[in-house]
Amino acid sequence: MPYRMVCLIKQVPDTRNITSDVLREDGTVNRQALPAVVNPDDLFALEMALGVKDKFGGEITVISMGPPMAIEVLKDALSRGADNAILLSDKGFAGADTLATSYVLEWAIRKNGNFDLIFCGRQAIDGDTAQVGPQVAEKLDIPQVTLAEAIEYLNGDEIVIRRIIDGGYERIRGRMPLLITVINTAQRPRPPSAKRLMFWKKGKISSGAESEEERRRLVNRGLLIPVWNIEELGCPANICGFAGSPTRIKRVESVKLTPRDHKYFDTSEQGIKDLINELIDEHAI
Amino acid sequence: MNRNVMENSVWVFAENGNKTVADVSLELMGKGRELADQLHSELVAFIIGNDVSNFAPELIACGADKVYVAEHPQLANYLTLPYSRIAVDLIKKYRPGVLLMGATNIGRDLAPRIASHMRTGLTADCTDLEIGDYKVGKKAWEHILLQIRPAFGGNIIATIVTPEKRPQMATVREGVFKRPDSDYSRKGEIVQLKPKVTEEDVILKIVERVKAEKKVNLKSARIIVAGGMGVGSRESFEIIHELAKILGGEVGATRAAVDAGFIDREYQIGQTGVTVRPNLYIASGISGAIQHRAGMQESDRIIAINTDPNAPIFSIAHYGIVGDLNETIPKMIKAYKEKD
Repeated sequence: MPYRMVCLIKQVPDTRNITSDVLREDGTVNRQALPAVVNPDDLFALEMALGVKDKFGGEITVISMGPPMAIEVLKDALSRGADNAILLSDKGFAGADTLATSYVLEWAIRKNGNFDLIFCGRQAIDGDTAQVGPQVAEKLDIPQVTLAEAIEYLNGDEIVIRRIIDGGYERIRGRMPLLITVINTAQRPRPPSAKRLMFWKKGKISSGAESEEERRRLVNRGLLIPVWNIEELGCPANICGFAGSPTRIKRVESVKLTPRDHKYFDTSEQGIKDLINELIDEHAI
Repeated sequence: MNRNVMENSVWVFAENGNKTVADVSLELMGKGRELADQLHSELVAFIIGNDVSNFAPELIACGADKVYVAEHPQLANYLTLPYSRIAVDLIKKYRPGVLLMGATNIGRDLAPRIASHMRTGLTADCTDLEIGDYKVGKKAWEHILLQIRPAFGGNIIATIVTPEKRPQMATVREGVFKRPDSDYSRKGEIVQLKPKVTEEDVILKIVERVKAEKKVNLKSARIIVAGGMGVGSRESFEIIHELAKILGGEVGATRAAVDAGFIDREYQIGQTGVTVRPNLYIASGISGAIQHRAGMQESDRIIAINTDPNAPIFSIAHYGIVGDLNETIPKMIKAYKEKD
């Protein structure tokens, strides 16, 4: 049976390789200077959805909330094999905490229509909260399986999932609809296909300023990626973005490191010997 | 008990560890007690499971004024739906002001589910919690929970508040707070709940569960040799293991080293790993991002080995070696073996 799947993805600054070029003098990171990428765990989520599609057929819609430039992560997902993409973008979504984000995603998933499975990455590397998946599941009033490594059985609406627990793993049998968050020890993500990559390179969101003719051309070629804003979603503006976020940042402090008095030892045999002897004298080892 | 005290009460979800209360939950009892005292309020623990009422005395000994116990044979293992439903029912009934949970795999599954239902805020992986005030314009909130955590963007610590919604929710990793000493002369009330488990609650079923004994115990280690990205590969991590072994210590790692696949996640030290306070911490090939420092900076002695003399790790180190760990560590092993 073909499955209707939704995969939620996020564009994040690539925090994995912070080099000195992106550090400001005060030690903070210049976010703009980091390359924007698909959140790594989200690629594992997409791969799990693609695996289901390969075996059983179905359709995958990728949804991302972000600024217009987040179209790039949707194009990436489409190039790897997703069928449809929707960008959720509105100035009113800005400043959202995880709760406000989950509201917008809930509305988008409901508007998109019926679904069997929703996939999310375990967590995003820019916040590490791992909250949005479970929050969306609660809003949709469906069960969740977090930290999933593999779908081991699928038949009709019956599913068996292997997931990580503290100190081991467990197998969970459940029924769809279901939301799954995927960990990065799952099946490795496939690369984008060259052909799809070439095609989606020309993918665009409507700027609102293009001619009717240009717009029709994009639609006819299947290159127009829909953008849903607050109006399109029909959700109350006061549950989105900063306005809909129950958390507030009271204060942000830069931690100044005042160098501690410390002893340097050189890397010669004698230097290292001195260090070891000092540690022994202090009963540290 | 008047309503005001009740709505200001501090609650801790007591996670069911391996035949005991999970360490992180007891650590939260210590901090929760402090917060409740500052609020002139009560500390409440709630525990869900099967045969878990025998944990209640320990929770009282660690500071609880009251313990709610929800027992049912079908609750023996953690399941999202019944656990979150029971928690939400309790919260709606008793309206706690603060709810703290361990940032374990279970806590991270359960907390966002509860927060989403209650439409309240949730701050993950806090490294400190305080009571304080928050003002914006003419509005002010007094005696609310300050949720403190390093934020993305280098050396930044953010203080987050949930001014309007209740409960104010936060998760905390194991080891961040110290476990309080148990005082079995403390008095507290144990309330047995009689939870019902519905068909719908158990729509997901655990068909198999494989749990290994915890292999690493970083929290109680006296000596930790930790490696970061500078170690370079899983193979190169061997010398980290070797030095740890010869010194009788444990191995630790940064999140970057874990993500790069050099070592398993259970060895991760830092904001999103475990927090440690050993006598000796040898940081090898670790630059010292704030998220890592948050988990080790209270070590008694820190040795930093790094090729980059400007790495932030040197600022918190007691001993520094500017050099390649691949040369330095074998020399350390040799020098230790040759000690008189």
